[in-house]
Amino acid sequence: MVSDGAAVPKAIMVNDLHKSFGTLEVLKGVSLVAEKGDVVAIIGGSGSGKSTMLRCINFLETPSSGEISITGEVIEMKPDGSPHNQKQIEKMRSRVAMVFQSFNLWSHRTILENMIEVPVHVLKVPKAEAIAKARELLARVGLADKEDSYPAFLSGGQQQRAAIARALAVDPEVMLFDEPTSALDPELVGEVLGVIRDLAAEGRTMILVTHEMKFAREVANKIVYLYEGRIEEHGTPAEIFGAPKSERLKQFLQSVT
Amino acid sequence: METVIDALGLTDSFQLLSLSPPGWGMNLLRGLANSVKIAVGAYLLGLVIGLFGAYGKLNGGPITRDLLAIYTTVVRAVPELVLILILYFVGTDLINKASSALGYGRVEISGVAAGIGVLGVVQGAYATEILRGAIKAIPVGQIEAARAFGMPAMMMMRRVTIPAMLSFAIPGLANLWLIATKDTALLAVVGFSELTLETRQAASSTRAYMTFFLAAGGLYLIMTLISTFAFSRIEKWARRGERPMSGDAK
Repeated sequence: MVSDGAAVPKAIMVNDLHKSFGTLEVLKGVSLVAEKGDVVAIIGGSGSGKSTMLRCINFLETPSSGEISITGEVIEMKPDGSPHNQKQIEKMRSRVAMVFQSFNLWSHRTILENMIEVPVHVLKVPKAEAIAKARELLARVGLADKEDSYPAFLSGGQQQRAAIARALAVDPEVMLFDEPTSALDPELVGEVLGVIRDLAAEGRTMILVTHEMKFAREVANKIVYLYEGRIEEHGTPAEIFGAPKSERLKQFLQSVT
Repeated sequence: METVIDALGLTDSFQLLSLSPPGWGMNLLRGLANSVKIAVGAYLLGLVIGLFGAYGKLNGGPITRDLLAIYTTVVRAVPELVLILILYFVGTDLINKASSALGYGRVEISGVAAGIGVLGVVQGAYATEILRGAIKAIPVGQIEAARAFGMPAMMMMRRVTIPAMLSFAIPGLANLWLIATKDTALLAVVGFSELTLETRQAASSTRAYMTFFLAAGGLYLIMTLISTFAFSRIEKWARRGERPMSGDAK
């Protein structure tokens, strides 16, 4: 973890972020700071805006207003919130890797091809180098023997581990996880959480939207509780789970455990 | 072999179809080659129009979408024969007018180019709809993943959208190709010597209608069989990432 020091830019800074879909305001001014090496878990009930908040960070949803900076670089926004600079956003996205609830591997490419797609074509890494690194990562997530398989032939847990490996292949500065275990059969959740736990242990900066409270408590060092588009409470896992202050958070924790 | 042909009383027919004069076989094959040339050209032109048309319909502004809607509706509503007559005569007339306005005088428009242009416009309207449907059938997550990893739009089209939609588009595109091969016959009305016109000329010169039209039918059939085989290979390749459904053979 990085000690205080103004010289080190925050890995992610979100300031007063608003997002509306038509007249529906989903995010009503949320802020978040992640230092390098932080693992931030965003929790909250369904419809609280947690996935939207995560997707705004890499502009998969265009924020309506607010400020986002990634490793100190402010992402330009127009007043109406539309992306100002597509090139800048594309460059930012290649440094911020995302893992989706439904894996979203490219179905017409093998696992290995999925892994090297972005390094080779977006980041222009030499192909041999990308393949070597992809194999290393696949071995790490326990899929060394699956590199020539197509995603549809893998179990959900294997697909999600491959998707995490694909995210790691771009050497991301920040990783975003959007409910990575919600689409998995219960017996497959453990293998995916195991991989994420290892990543947290090696000091990866991660933002994690999750329903797994036990897991959030164990791997995150910051917890953010969202309620109806606002941050109701935030703090360390001990504070949030051990001594929740707000009534809503108490109720939420009771309902999910 | 010859005795069998003789016994069946087909000697005359085979002489008529012989590749060297006085047989007309070479004329038929030349017509077939022209038909294939136009079909391939029109199909490729149609695919390009269709790809841009589909993108325009899905992502374009209101004016683009309206114009494309008019294009696909009109082209698919009017009988192809009528369209071919309109596009051929109006098209060549416009080009000539433009050319003489610029001081170049009349230009000779090659039949192949005109045929490709006219059929390509027709094919483009159908391809637009096939490709639009196929793009919409791609799971949104796959496009989203490409965006999330910072792929620029053109790369995304080339690396993700087109390959991912192929498996949805191939059956429709195979149909469209077969229609293209047969629509070339409509160009006979504007005097283009493709297979059907060559056949008619051979038949009326020799009065052997049955022989020549059956032969032409056979050539169209062979073209279709080869195409079907090729498309089933392409479809298999396009579906390489899909798990076979339990009911599928092998």
